[in-house]
Amino acid sequence: MRRQIPFGLVFIFGIFMVFQFFVPHEKSEWVYEFLLDWIIVIGIFALALGIWSLFKVSVEKIKQGKEGGNYSYITLVGLYMMMAFGFTQQTGDGWGLYFLWIMLCSACIVSLMRLRASTDSGKKRMWALASGGLLVAAVLVAIFDDAWAFFLYTPEGLENSMFEIFFDHIMMPILATMFSLLAFYIASAAYRAFRARNVLASLLLLAALLVMSRFNPFIPGAEYVANASNWLMNVPNLAAQRAIVIGIGLGIVGTALKIILGIERGYMGRG
Amino acid sequence: MELFERLMKLDRRWVFLLLIIVCVWAYASSFSVPILVMPEVQSIYDKVEGLPEGSVVLVAIDYDPNNLAELHPMTYALVEQCWRKKIKTIFTALSMNGPGMCVQAIRDITDSVSRDKEYNGVMYKGREVVNGVDYCFLGYKPYYAIVILGMGQAFNQPYPTDYYGTPLDEVPMMRGIINYDQVDLVVDISGGNITDAWISYGQGRFGFDLALGLTGVMTAQYYPYLGSGQIIGIMGGLLGAAQYEKLTDNPGRAKDGMRVQLPAHLVIILFIVMGNVGFFANKWRMKREGRA
Repeated sequence: MRRQIPFGLVFIFGIFMVFQFFVPHEKSEWVYEFLLDWIIVIGIFALALGIWSLFKVSVEKIKQGKEGGNYSYITLVGLYMMMAFGFTQQTGDGWGLYFLWIMLCSACIVSLMRLRASTDSGKKRMWALASGGLLVAAVLVAIFDDAWAFFLYTPEGLENSMFEIFFDHIMMPILATMFSLLAFYIASAAYRAFRARNVLASLLLLAALLVMSRFNPFIPGAEYVANASNWLMNVPNLAAQRAIVIGIGLGIVGTALKIILGIERGYMGRG
Repeated sequence: MELFERLMKLDRRWVFLLLIIVCVWAYASSFSVPILVMPEVQSIYDKVEGLPEGSVVLVAIDYDPNNLAELHPMTYALVEQCWRKKIKTIFTALSMNGPGMCVQAIRDITDSVSRDKEYNGVMYKGREVVNGVDYCFLGYKPYYAIVILGMGQAFNQPYPTDYYGTPLDEVPMMRGIINYDQVDLVVDISGGNITDAWISYGQGRFGFDLALGLTGVMTAQYYPYLGSGQIIGIMGGLLGAAQYEKLTDNPGRAKDGMRVQLPAHLVIILFIVMGNVGFFANKWRMKREGRA
């Protein structure tokens, strides 16, 4: 039964969604909207599961003393801080003890991680006491400090300037920098790999050079290069991409049918 | 080691060094790069330019800070064009870090639109852009395909409130805007596969006009949709952004970026050519020695 019920549900809803597409009736649309809402609700549960999984994986890394395991503290403290900024906002002009509260909570998370990662009972007791003490201190600060407040159901926290500062000045430069490093690796890889070893490799090399040089006014005969490059994009590339897209489309239909009919059962966690 | 072998086996740190020198030099220089406009970018500009005041454009900010350099300039040029022409804008962000990108873009463009400026010979008076009147930011929701399908039924189905918590039914701009039927153009500016969902689940099912702003590496993949008429245009990479900036007469970061990108590409081409010269010379030498 544990396997039959999910297969039955997948079959019924799969077939329903296929037929619903062709039935523009009000009731059919209502069921369709209802199901769409359900998917989003299920997705939110997956988010909570993801956070728990991240915590477990991070603790496990510290426990096993893996190389770079200490970065796990930064991961979880960073996760907590962004969440905390998103759910809190100052109520007056000053911040009061807000940053002390942030520090106490961060320290509490680190203690909890140490507690989960410790195997020695003495150390476990010590980290449990530290976590408890920090938690109580954080709760007391949250209760008695009026300079800021929690906004769990309203979006005031999104206007928290700390949230904006962390995103604009930490998150964005980090991600942009990581991506920009690719330019150097691409340059090095292109230099090593792009060799005209045979006819196909020569064609690839020529195409890459043409597309890279298109609209580059510093190259002699820029206009002809641009025309050749446009032709490459609009004719051979288009033909190949169309074939790929149609192939993918047919593959998706085939896989969907296999899942609906219970032939493909990978989503159950077994073959 | 012979010269030709050296050409083939140059330490990669030399490649990095030359590239960084060229990038820094190009960034510090003041030369400008002539930009030729491609038809697929022109068609997006023409579509927006042809929209009357009060039309609605949905701009999907589906990229993260990774793609900031290529895609942010597109957003800036397009949204500023819309707001100068008093075209209303709905923003969505279906990528996780999209809301941050969108908030930053709204803040900067609002500031720019508040000043008097001339574009393509037309003087536009500075004005205040008001949230809920000139634009509505719907925010992020997980499961982009479902959200795109949901907005086809009604915007307030996946988004009961806007990003700032105002119920969508109370946002003045959204009165009368139920779903894609009331939207004149959807522009997806994306650095990932959310674009596929906009084409398959959005344009395919609801038939709205769709334009794309994509990273350079993604562009070639979406040309078939241009040929089939499923999308009206593509802005591809920094080049596409620079072309749009040129069309809107609003030079910005893409134009500056092209000054760096073109010499950097030349350096890469130079290294590829150098490696191949070494490769063929070495091959020829080995052949000759073999014969001898």
